[in-house]
Amino acid sequence: MDTMTAPSIVPNFDNKETDRKLAIICSKGNLDMAYPGLILANAALGEGVETHLFFTFWGFDMITKSRMNDLQFSPAGNTAMHLPGHDMHIPQGLMPVPGMTNVATHMLKKQIAELGVPEVPDFLEQIVASGGHLWACRLSADMNKLTTEQLRDDIEGIISASDFIEMTEGAQLLFI
Amino acid sequence: MPVIEIAGKPVNVNEEGFLTVPSEWNEEIAKVLASQIGVELTPRHWEVIKFLREDFEKEGESATSRHTQTAGGFPIKEQFELFPKKPAKKMSYIAGLPKPKGCV
Repeated sequence: MDTMTAPSIVPNFDNKETDRKLAIICSKGNLDMAYPGLILANAALGEGVETHLFFTFWGFDMITKSRMNDLQFSPAGNTAMHLPGHDMHIPQGLMPVPGMTNVATHMLKKQIAELGVPEVPDFLEQIVASGGHLWACRLSADMNKLTTEQLRDDIEGIISASDFIEMTEGAQLLFI
Repeated sequence: MPVIEIAGKPVNVNEEGFLTVPSEWNEEIAKVLASQIGVELTPRHWEVIKFLREDFEKEGESATSRHTQTAGGFPIKEQFELFPKKPAKKMSYIAGLPKPKGCV
């Protein structure tokens, strides 16, 4: 019996040359808020999208050598916080007890690791290996009295907000 | 789902052209798939493809770029050199596997 075959189908991997560009502003230094930007940057790079990350304000902790391994997560003030796998909220009054931040940080890191997602410094290394560009905010560097020596070596420069806006002309932009 | 002929063999593919029955894949098919997307297979490419096939057998899902680095030992930077722009998708396409589902 003859098999009916359709004409060849080839995925459109490279034909859609759209020059798509993504700029992500990372302004938070909490462990849980560091990840959304990294996950999206990584996904964009895997799709061949030119990607730039700009670290500013608290987001500076993600690229400061002495702080990047010690990002923390606190459930205080986060009313969406519930026990893992349960719908029950933890009363906000219990959040500020001593040690809560350590416990919550440890739990979050464990959950992230179980999914095979790297820690923040390692994740940034992967983003750079994938062709991503990392930029530090001039004002944040001045405020924190930090120089390039104290930042990750793969930061391409300490630049002003206007430099970043100019560089990312035409890009889609995310503020996190 | 369409059935198309690749390297003289009818194979099941999805609407994008990814093989949907991994056991229908063979090396001749991989060569055609690679050339269709402009990838010239070197021995190093074959090492990656071999890893992907074995890993899929073990894990039941396609390896992400991250997993190909951590479990297979192929650095992400090299993956981008071997399979430019969209390594994870191109690797699974040539290896006759579904697109990776994982985010990272």
